[in-house]
Amino acid sequence: MNSIEVKNLTKKFGDFVSVDNISFNVKQAEIFGFLGANGAGKSTTIRMLCGILEPTFGDAVVGGHSVAKSPDSVKQNIGYMSQRFSLYNDMAVGENLEFFGGVYGLSNQKLNERKKWVLKIANLEGKENLLTGSLPGGIKQRLALGAAVIHQPDIVFLDEPTSGVDPISRRNFWELINELSSEGITVFVTTHYLEEAEFCNNIILIDAGRLIAEGNPKQLKTDYLKNSIYEIESDKVIEALELLEKQNFVVETSIFGNNIHISVEEKVNDLSRINKLCEEGGITIKRINKIVPTLEDVFIHLLGNEKIL
Amino acid sequence: MNNIIEITSLRKSYGEIKAVNDISLSVNKGEMFGLVGPDGAGKTTMIRILCGLIIQESGNVKILDKNLSQSRKEIQKNIGYLSQKFSLYGDLSVDENIEFFAEIHNVKDYFKRRDELLEFSRLKSFRNRTAEKLSGGMKQKLALVCSLIHEPKILFLDEPTTGVDPVSRRDFWKILSKLLKDGITIFMSTPYLDEAERCNRVALMNTGKIIALDTPQKIKEKMDRQIIEIVCNPVRAAYQTIKKNTGFEVQMFGDRINVVVENYSSALSSIKKILTENKVRITDERIIPPSLENVFMHLIKDAE
Repeated sequence: MNSIEVKNLTKKFGDFVSVDNISFNVKQAEIFGFLGANGAGKSTTIRMLCGILEPTFGDAVVGGHSVAKSPDSVKQNIGYMSQRFSLYNDMAVGENLEFFGGVYGLSNQKLNERKKWVLKIANLEGKENLLTGSLPGGIKQRLALGAAVIHQPDIVFLDEPTSGVDPISRRNFWELINELSSEGITVFVTTHYLEEAEFCNNIILIDAGRLIAEGNPKQLKTDYLKNSIYEIESDKVIEALELLEKQNFVVETSIFGNNIHISVEEKVNDLSRINKLCEEGGITIKRINKIVPTLEDVFIHLLGNEKIL
Repeated sequence: MNNIIEITSLRKSYGEIKAVNDISLSVNKGEMFGLVGPDGAGKTTMIRILCGLIIQESGNVKILDKNLSQSRKEIQKNIGYLSQKFSLYGDLSVDENIEFFAEIHNVKDYFKRRDELLEFSRLKSFRNRTAEKLSGGMKQKLALVCSLIHEPKILFLDEPTTGVDPVSRRDFWKILSKLLKDGITIFMSTPYLDEAERCNRVALMNTGKIIALDTPQKIKEKMDRQIIEIVCNPVRAAYQTIKKNTGFEVQMFGDRINVVVENYSSALSSIKKILTENKVRITDERIIPPSLENVFMHLIKDAE
């Protein structure tokens, strides 16, 4: 069953096409990753899917409601959390939850029930009188997510929820996302950290308003990345890097601690060429391994090297 | 001189909180050194002490063979510092921002250096644009350029890539690679463990203490646990089953789970048994090398 169906969704601001005819589906209860560089059209898309911004063309059905025809019904049935706006720091934990529950029109009994639930998932049981601003970042993040789903929506949109969060808090936060998803909630999430995208069931990547890749993390790595990536350990890191970055068949080079990573064109599968080159340059290669690309490698590749210039 | 930074028994507290609690370490000339840890570990305090911006309670810091408490000004001439919130002037142009930093550092003939830096960071075509009109990634590059105008020998970066998109991050790393090629030593703090993999050596920091220090490879090799990757269906049921019924640490990915175990062979049979009992179908299983994140989580749990 699809929880979100997007068809030919387009948004223009004057002559500028921010979102250009994109279509995709999100299944119920899946964790769906929405990726793209800054300015790719991510926020505009999310705003349309949340019923805040009207599409120029096309439509999306979110939780059974059309964003073009009944944006207010969409708003009632979704949750939204961003890194920027989430909670009022100068209010107590309980007050924040009452405020959010009030906005969504929860009855007193329902509100109490849901408040208890949020306090539990945020590890804040018995601490509802604490000032929100005094909470550590990771806890605040969980509380913000709880507040975003206090009205039990079917779908929750998370816009860069983990930006600037440390690894331990991030891991806990993803556990919570998984819990929500196992309760049947569809999670639509954007992130700049591509190792997090590995946690998603399905992913789409957009660039300049267009959809340029879709699939699960494994498919993205096999279907879209034709270059191979090698890790090379040598006695002279800098010299090896300088030598290899000059070669035409080498697409990209980078230093990785005491090793270097190179990305080479698909047709190059003869490693002896690299060995020979280095040898002639007086560099001894200790180890050369083909490594599994990360989603970041795929992403950079798809967005084209000209973007890195 | 091989150790460009030497830290001995460094301490700094804020009230009850020991932000830096008896840390000793040294950094080699020309290396990229990573200080990795969660929020509140003490990373920023540490960097600020090294840059001479705050003063330690006790302990000793030697940078470029000089004692920090005696030769602060001289050391500061030779180091660059990029803070988490880079301090650029939004209403000044790219060129003017650099000029401002050149003047602070008393650099007289900075024109050539400025051109070189703009060239190398690919900001040249934006030189007349005001800083507030730059994208996040470009602002970050400009801040980096400003911190390099006085040709420092050591560059301190405090969580430089927080909130920057992947394309700009990759670009930033390319620039850092070039600096390393030129022989600059980089001391960087980061909460991201995939970035730590790019360092020559890494210090894992938690609650003011260093809990591991070595090359990323050696740190991973030292982990006395194994990671089993299990591709299975339904993944969620598998995750919940392991979490509720065993003491193993488990992490869920899209179509698989990773379980941290002490002994592969004995653990695997019990995991398989319990998963099958809970109607989870296993399609594939294998041992995978631990990531720095696995090691970090494990060390922190042990420390607690």
